[in-house]
Order: sequence, then C-alpha cells, then structure tokens
Amino acid sequence: MSFPWANEYKPTNPLMQWVDSRLPLPRFVYNAVGAGYPVPRNLNYMWNFGILAGFALVLQIVTGVVLAMHYAANDKVAFDSVEHIMRDVNWGWMLRYAHANGASMFFIVVYTHIFRGFFYSSYKAPREMIWLLGVVIFLLMMATAFMGYVLPWGQMSFWGAKVITGLFSAIPLVGPPLQEWLLGGFAPDNAALNRFFSLHFLLPFVILGVIIMHVWALHIPGSSNPTGVEVKTESDTVPFHPYYTAKDGFGLGIFLMLYCALVFFAPNLLGHPDNYIPANPLSTPAHIVPEWYFWPFYAILRAFTSDFMFIPAKLMGVLAMFSAILVWFFLPWLDTSPVRSGHYRPLFRKFFYLLVVDVLVLGYCGGAPAAEPYVMISQIASMYYFLHFLVILPVVSSIETPQPLPFSITEAVLGKDESAALSPAKPAIA
Amino acid sequence: MASETRAPSGDVLAPDGERRRDFLYVATGAVAAAGAAAVVWPLINQMNPSADVLALASIDLDLSAVQEGQAVKVSWRGKPVFARHLTSAEVEMANKVDVKSLRDPQTLAERTKPGNEKWLITLGVCTHLGCVPLGAGEGEVRGDFGGYFCPCHGSHYDTAARVRKGPAPKNLEVPAYVFKTPTSVTIG
Repeated sequence: MSFPWANEYKPTNPLMQWVDSRLPLPRFVYNAVGAGYPVPRNLNYMWNFGILAGFALVLQIVTGVVLAMHYAANDKVAFDSVEHIMRDVNWGWMLRYAHANGASMFFIVVYTHIFRGFFYSSYKAPREMIWLLGVVIFLLMMATAFMGYVLPWGQMSFWGAKVITGLFSAIPLVGPPLQEWLLGGFAPDNAALNRFFSLHFLLPFVILGVIIMHVWALHIPGSSNPTGVEVKTESDTVPFHPYYTAKDGFGLGIFLMLYCALVFFAPNLLGHPDNYIPANPLSTPAHIVPEWYFWPFYAILRAFTSDFMFIPAKLMGVLAMFSAILVWFFLPWLDTSPVRSGHYRPLFRKFFYLLVVDVLVLGYCGGAPAAEPYVMISQIASMYYFLHFLVILPVVSSIETPQPLPFSITEAVLGKDESAALSPAKPAIA
Repeated sequence: MASETRAPSGDVLAPDGERRRDFLYVATGAVAAAGAAAVVWPLINQMNPSADVLALASIDLDLSAVQEGQAVKVSWRGKPVFARHLTSAEVEMANKVDVKSLRDPQTLAERTKPGNEKWLITLGVCTHLGCVPLGAGEGEVRGDFGGYFCPCHGSHYDTAARVRKGPAPKNLEVPAYVFKTPTSVTIG
C-alpha cells in the first residue's frame, strides 16, 4: 500500500520499460525503497537503525560465506582452521574480525532499534505485526549468534554450548533427551559443532526471509514517526528517495566509522580472551560469561538462586530468561494508551528511562561474576524488568494524562498550519 | 432404490447426509499425514547420538595409583568423571550429615559400592548447567563443605559430592560402574 500521492513508476529507459512490462521488479523496488514510497518528513536519527540492521545482516552474510570457504567444522581442526584464517588466508584476519565485531555492531543497532520501538510505541495498532515479526527476528539473531560463537571451538565456545544447551535440560521430563538431541551426544563434541555450523549457515537466510515480511508489514501502514500522529496529507511526507536514502546513507557512514574503528583498532575489545584457548572438555574457565549482547538475559537467568514451590531454581531461571523476551510479544496489548509517542507521555517517559537504566544494570551484572552484590542487584533488576512490562506499563497507560498532540506531522515540523505551512515560503536569506 | 438420496453431484448420500466420498477425503488426509510424519521423523532423529557416539559407552579405569585424599579426572562420553579416594576424615564428615536436611537426600553408602565406600566416583558435571566443578585437581578450591566447588554459579558440594549450597538442584551424578578388581573399575 502507499499513500494516494505516491509518485508513480514511469520508466523512460526502454530496457526498463521492457523489463517492467514482463516482470515488474523495477516497479517493486521503486515503490518499496524508491521515490514511490512516501515517508513522514519528521523522522529523526532513531529511524536510521532499521537500515543499519539490514546492512549489518548483509555484512554478516557476505563475511560469513567467505569465512566458510576456509573454516573446517570438525572438533579436531576447527580452532586451528580459524587461526589458519587469521594467519594464512589473504585478508583473513580482517574478515574474521569483521564478522566477529559485525555481530556486536548488529546487536548494538538492533537494541537501539528495539528501544526506539519502546519509546515511540511503534508496536501499537496498526503496526503489531511488524513488532511481532521483529521479536521473531531478534530470537533468530540470538540463536544464530550463539551458534556462530561456538564455531571457533575455544573454551568459551565449548562451555557456552554446554551451558546454553543445558538450559533445555531444565525442562521437566523431555529436557535431558532434548539436550542430547541438540548436541547429538552427551557433551558438546564433533556432532554438535558440525550441526551448529550447518544451522549457523542456514539461519541468516531464515532471518532474511522474516525481514522481508517485516518490511512488507511496515509498508502496509507506512513508517511511524516521532509524533506518533498518522500521516494525513501529502505535506506530511517526502519520498523515500532521495530524502531518506541520503539520510540513511549518512547514518551508514557514521556506523561504518565506528565499526571500522572497532575492527581495526580494538578487534578484541568486546570478545572474551578465554576463547583464544582451545576447548578443553575437562576444565571450565573460572569466569564463564556469554558475549556482551546476552548479558542482560544471562543476569536474569542467574538471578533465580532458590527453589520456588515445586519449580526448581534452575527451571525458574530458564523460564524467566525466555519470558524476558517472550513478554515483548504481548507489548501491543499491555500498553493500552492511545498515544504512541513517548514525547507526549510524561509518566511513561520516566518509566521508559528507568527501564533503560534497569537493562544496563542487568547487562553489567550479567558480565560480572556470580557473586554478591551482583546476584542481589540482578534479582532486584530482574524483578523490576518484569514489573515494568506486566504492571507499570498497563497501569501507567490507564492513569496517565497525555500532553496535547500536534494536529499533524506538518504542524509538528513547521508550527501552526496557518502561520507556517500555508504561508508563502520565506526566502532563505532575509 | 427409491429411498436413495443423492447430492447434486450425483453421489449417494447416507441417511445422516454423509457421502462415501467424505470418507475418502478423511482416509486420504490420514495417509498424507502419516506419510509426512514418516518423512519428518528421520529428519529429527538424525540429530540424536549416532552409532559411533553411542559406541563410546564404557571405559576402564585403573585406580591403583590413586592415594588416599587424591582424585583423578577422566573423560567418559565427553564428560569428566571424578574418582576420589576418600580419607577417613572425609568419610566421617559425609556420614555425620543429617541426610534429611539435604536438598537431594542420599547417604554416602548409597553413593558408593558396598565394600568400596572409600571410592567416590561421580560425574564431574555440575547439575546446574554442566560446568566442571573445582576440587579434583591438586590445590583446587573445594568449597565450603570440603568436596567440590563450581565456579560458574557458585554451587558447593560436600565430601560425598552432595549439593549443599548454590543453584544446583541435584548431587553430582553417580554413573553406572562396577569394580572388576579391587583397583580397577569399568564405567558405563
């Protein structure tokens, strides 16, 4: 769908006319990300992160396919094959670091993207499906990143595989056989490594498929915007190309500068040094932690230290960790306020920032050793996390008095319609 | 027959309005579902442990060199096994505990073989999320209860390798094993 004032695709080039009348692919691209897609004119830089996430996925697929040309998924040689990439393969060191840090950048971008959605309530009607698909993408991303981290077969790889598949063993009755099925054995070994390689290759393409649906769903109502007021007239929008292609291009430039700084000057900053030790099934590193992007969820897992009624602490932790993400699926129905944007919701805004702090605290505790005071802090922070979604959000949205919304996007950008939008444009220089 | 009713298509209808063709639909659907299940099952089952993994089922372990107070760590099915030669003090400590007060109540005698109560053979796999507890190696931390200590999430095990503190739900698992001679065991 698009707004009635969207530019129509009229190819002048005879070749494009020929193609368009047989397979309207050029038309499809023009209407999806070209001049035929009108977008609210007031999008701020928080709206750059979807494109950046898409770019990060392409980056991971390209570097990943290249790395797979040199990597050997066998427990005897996997670690050495990664060192072979680092030392012998032309530009191998760069490609390996690009892929590893690419995962970190992907998560930075996606977390920003998600919290943008939280603040501007981008999950509200009619955009629920976009949100639900997004949560699915996030779950797939986490599974993919986990399996990728196993492939170098270092200490963190091995013990990460053991602990994460161990999460499934907490399920009553079917748990232990399920873990054996996932591993293809009784502990991570060649069978596990081999299948993780296969699935790590497969899942990014599944993610790509879900992203196509995510963007498709987005194009039904069109982009949300910082006011949360829907598009009313043509003056509320500008064509995606060249306005947002240029703006996204600029954002991409900033992204690439940070990314290159990471890859070239601090490639191991976000990694764990123990993964430079080959996997040893007989010895667990004393301080085992997942990659930083899992820390908040890891803190929630570890926060449950005592049994709760008939549920053992281990199962409680696992349920809590998965629920921490599954609760996002219900967000469109937990937040019942008719106002979307946090800019016009004074009470909601305060709790939003509290949630940001809470997740940062959880992240910090997840990376810290499982000792006091971190355990207690993560218990409080985990409780608050669930409190935010299940109690605070529904209550706030029912008691809060939102601030007045602008009449339109145009008004929000240019001031009152009669004084700005409808008056003759002022000359740039008086 | 005069009483026969027919659908507009000409199919003969049973008294309750069902056609014989409806049965064919159900039967065809059932065969298709069974066929799909038969295809899916091998696709799932291929991920279960393969014959070569299952073939690594048992190992022999020589205990003759393990002195009192020492433990050895061996690999079995890709997991570590701790074989500890308990000292008299450790046996005494383990027997002194009120079994009912434990999270996973078991006596030392239940966790060892009759006549070989000084040999404590357990998996070196923390029952929480599967890390290898410290305590089997020389000079490693053995936790608040003199047995094993898991560094991952801080579970403490006593001298009978029973869980005493931390998130682990169970005692360290005792694998199936038999003493072939007084100084050698077969595990698995």
